[in-house]
Amino acid sequence: MLAIYKRELSAYFTSTIGYIFMAVFLALSGAIVWFSTFFSASTSFANYFFIMIFFFIVLIPILTMKLLSEERRTKTEQILLTSPVSLAGIVTAKFFAALTLFEVTFLISLLNLIPVSRYGTVNIAEIISNFIGVTCVAASLIAIGIFISALTESQFIAAIGSIAVILGTLLVGLFSSSISNNVIRIVVKWFSILDRYVNFRYGIFDVSSIIYYVSISAIFLFLTVRVYEKRRWA
Amino acid sequence: MIEIKSLTKVFGDKVAVDNLTFTVEDGEIMGFLGPNGAGKSTTMNILTGYLSATSGTAVINGADIFEEPNRAKKNIGFLPEQPPLYQDMTVMEYLKFVYSLKGAVQPRREHLDEICRMAGIDHVKHRVIKNLSKGYRQRVGIAQALVGDPKVLIFDEPTVGLDPNQIIEIRTLIKNLGKKHTVILSTHILSEVQAVCDRIVIINKGKIVADSPTAQLLSNTAGTVKYRAKLACRDVSTATRLVSSVDGVKAVTPAQATEEGISEVIFDTDPSIDVRHGLFNVLAEKGVALMGLENVSLTLEDIFTSLTVGKGAK
Repeated sequence: MLAIYKRELSAYFTSTIGYIFMAVFLALSGAIVWFSTFFSASTSFANYFFIMIFFFIVLIPILTMKLLSEERRTKTEQILLTSPVSLAGIVTAKFFAALTLFEVTFLISLLNLIPVSRYGTVNIAEIISNFIGVTCVAASLIAIGIFISALTESQFIAAIGSIAVILGTLLVGLFSSSISNNVIRIVVKWFSILDRYVNFRYGIFDVSSIIYYVSISAIFLFLTVRVYEKRRWA
Repeated sequence: MIEIKSLTKVFGDKVAVDNLTFTVEDGEIMGFLGPNGAGKSTTMNILTGYLSATSGTAVINGADIFEEPNRAKKNIGFLPEQPPLYQDMTVMEYLKFVYSLKGAVQPRREHLDEICRMAGIDHVKHRVIKNLSKGYRQRVGIAQALVGDPKVLIFDEPTVGLDPNQIIEIRTLIKNLGKKHTVILSTHILSEVQAVCDRIVIINKGKIVADSPTAQLLSNTAGTVKYRAKLACRDVSTATRLVSSVDGVKAVTPAQATEEGISEVIFDTDPSIDVRHGLFNVLAEKGVALMGLENVSLTLEDIFTSLTVGKGAK
């Protein structure tokens, strides 16, 4: 399992995808920090993190699109599936490889916050809780992206599919409050990745939300394993 | 050792593997033959745990691939039809990856160096896989299967894409591996099976149509032994008549002559009679020199046609 994790992580950098992801992420981060603090004369980063999440619509699929689809297309999955590693192990390794690259990039992007601290008091608790919240959101979206990547042989289709689904899960939160039917609203809200983020945004460390995000990630990784199981039995 | 019992795999309404049963002993090299779509790759994929079976069991060195997949998989080295190579890695990086993926315990450096030497990829081990020729990629695929020194080796058409010299090298390699390992080798090429395998299993439409030691299959299947003779006489009909008169010769057909003044004939003989004495006597009596006599090997096509059109088709 560790072998797959390491290979996946180094594969990001033997292809250009890892560099593209980091470059786009960091460039966006810089621009949004400037826009949400200096430009808005604010030292709160709540808006910065919130806006960043919307760029995950494009950023996360870059990370996940080829994780499984490419293996299937080039038949390299055969060596994984015939090695003494469980399916869950394979999927988890890939998930953590993507999450690691995300986290490292995200940590680097926090350097963008340092200049702001020169011009005012920065709320550290807010940054920490947002950091945790964003990580949780990203982990869920990566799990969704991996699931979609398992459904197709084409990384292009995986990318488009992930963009559509992530867009959907983020937007559903924005519109869910205008649904009048209580039952439907509650059900829809459950799928809204963004809804649980609100507490983190305001500096509240919310354990129940963390459990929600961990569950979402686990469910989609489990579904990914099921996709492979089903294909084996087909 | 590999034991397969009534293995069946159904895709939708198509039966790909139909109640397959066979055993491959330790130190045996089994040739697995059949036309495209016969179910060879499906069987191999099931054996290695890549696919599941609809019913039946497959036991690798005492571990059932369905019940204890990880224990069974540890004992298998598998070269699929298309070598599972990560194009962006160097050969050595890739083998190191496979080494830790399989949880191999041998001292890494020595073990991988040994494998590179055996597979003949020593001089390309620091090159990126996508820049290698097809033959070398195939060898890297073979090397990959050897990592961790598994007891059972399963090769799906290992010599595809290799040049004739490489084919001979790989066959020698597989033959040597067969001394210590249990090997299943699928192929279309009969000469490969003759050169390498102790035993042949032929399948058609998912069913076994022949399972016997190589030599036996080759001599028995067609029911005849075929020769091609060159006779020093200008007239082909004379040659045909002379050969036909030999005891044990069945059908004689004139063949295209390749030398001036020499007739060539191809003839089938009864396998229970060695016709060569008789042929010599007949020709010596008539004063016709025998310029050449060769046993015309049966091709896989011949055997296959006779098996599928003969008993397999009923």
